Amino acid sequence: MENHALIEVQGLVKRFGPKVVLRGLNFSVQPGEFVALLGPNGAGKTTFLRILASLSSPSMGMVLVAGYALPREAAAVRQRLGVVSHLPLLYGDLTAEENLRFFGKMYGVNPLESRIREVLRQVGLEKRARDLVRTFSRGMQQRLAIGRAILHDPDVLLLDEPHTGLDQDACEMLDEILKEEARRGRTIVMTSHDLARVEDLSSRFDVLSRGVICASVPKESIPKDGLLTFYRNALGHHEGKGVE
Amino acid sequence: MKGFLRAMLAVLWKDLAAEVRSRELLSAMLVFALLVIFIFNFALDLEPNTRASITSGVLWVTFIFAGTLGLNRSLAIEKDRGCLDGLLLAPVDRAAIYFGKTAANLIFMLVVAAIVLPVYSVFYNINLFARPGLLLVIFLGAEGYTAIGTLLATMAVQTRTRDMLLPILLFPVVIPVLVAAVKASAGFLQTLPFEEIQPWLNLLITYDIVFTAIAFMVFDSIVEE
Repeated sequence: MENHALIEVQGLVKRFGPKVVLRGLNFSVQPGEFVALLGPNGAGKTTFLRILASLSSPSMGMVLVAGYALPREAAAVRQRLGVVSHLPLLYGDLTAEENLRFFGKMYGVNPLESRIREVLRQVGLEKRARDLVRTFSRGMQQRLAIGRAILHDPDVLLLDEPHTGLDQDACEMLDEILKEEARRGRTIVMTSHDLARVEDLSSRFDVLSRGVICASVPKESIPKDGLLTFYRNALGHHEGKGVE
Repeated sequence: MKGFLRAMLAVLWKDLAAEVRSRELLSAMLVFALLVIFIFNFALDLEPNTRASITSGVLWVTFIFAGTLGLNRSLAIEKDRGCLDGLLLAPVDRAAIYFGKTAANLIFMLVVAAIVLPVYSVFYNINLFARPGLLLVIFLGAEGYTAIGTLLATMAVQTRTRDMLLPILLFPVVIPVLVAAVKASAGFLQTLPFEEIQPWLNLLITYDIVFTAIAFMVFDSIVEE
C-alpha cells in the first residue's frame, strides 16, 4: 500500500552523551493534519521538533519529511518546512520588511517583493513593515515569526510552544493566523502545554512521554473538554508502566 | 553556485545593515582598540627611535583583542534571539552562512584598523599609511584571524561560558598568524628588504588558505547538534 504520510518517523532515538531523550519514537502525519504534540517538560518535544527541522541529527531511526530522508537530504527538507519557536528568530535591528527580504533571499523566494507584501498583510503587519522589529511587542514579533515561517510557502509548519510569553489578545491573534493556515491546508505540528488552546486548534492530539509517543487520538474521538482527561490518562497509564 | 553566492551576500548584507542601525559592535571594538593604544602609549613611554620596533606588536595586540570582542558579539547577536537557528533552517549550503559571517567580521576589523591606524600614527609619530605593504599585512592577518575566529566563535557561542571560551580556544590557534603578522608588519615599518619579509607573508597566505579551507569543511559539523 502506498504511503502518503507527509512526515514519517520510525524508531527514532536521540542521545546526548549518556542521556537518552528519544527512545524509539514512531510518528506519522498526513497532509493537512494539525497535530498537537503534548507532554510534560523534559519529555523530548523540543528535541523531536529540532530533529524534524533538521537542526539536530537522529542518533538512530528513520525520519522522512515530504519523502526526503533526514539528515541525508536536509536541504530538501528545509525547503519544505517553516519553523516557529518561542524565540522570534528575527533580527531586532532590521525592519519587518528587511527581515522577510533577508529570509526570502535565503529561501530563494521568487518573486520576493510581492510575496513579502502578501505575507505582511496576512499576519496583519503591513502598516508596520518599515518599523524595526525591536520596537514590536512580543505578540507582533510572533506574528512576524509566522510570516517568516510561511514566506516560502512550506508544506509543513513546525511550532514549538509559540504561545509562550504572549498575552491573551496576542494568543488569540496568533490562533487566528494558525486557523487560517490550517484552512489553507498547511500541515502543522505544534508543541504546547496549553490544552484549552490546542483543543480548539488541532485535529489530532499526540502525547509524548519519556521519549516515545504514548497516545494518539483524533479530535473527533474525544468528547468536548475531554482533552485534559485524555492527557492525564495517557500520561498516568504510560508513566505507571515505568518505561525504560 | 548562484544560490551559494546569493545566500552569502544576504548574510553579509544583513550583518552590515544591522550594524549600521545599532552600531553596537563597531563602537565597542573601536572604543576598546583606542583605549588599548592610549594605555600602551603611556605605559610604554618609549623613545621615538625605539617606537618603530614595537609598533607592530602593539598594533596587532590591539587588533586581536578588539577582534575577539567583535567576534563574540557578532555570534551572540545570532544566538540570543534564536537567529542562528533561523539561519541554519535555510535550505542553503551552510558554508555560505559561514562565509557571509566571516566577510562581515573581516569588514568590521578592517573598519577598526582604518580608524585605529591614523590615531596610532598621531600618538606614536609614525606615518603608517606611507607603507602600503603594512596595509597588505593587515588585510591578510585580519582575514586569517576572522576565518578561524568566526568558526570558533560559532562553536563557543553554543556554550554557557562563551565569553571566556572564545579567547581560550582562539588565541593558541592564531599564534602563527599573529607571529607572522607582527614580523611582516615590523619588516615593512623598518623598511627591511622584501626578501626578509616574504617568508612571513608566505606563512600568512598559507594560514589564510588552510584555515579558510578547514572552516569551510567543518562548519556544518560544528553547528549540527
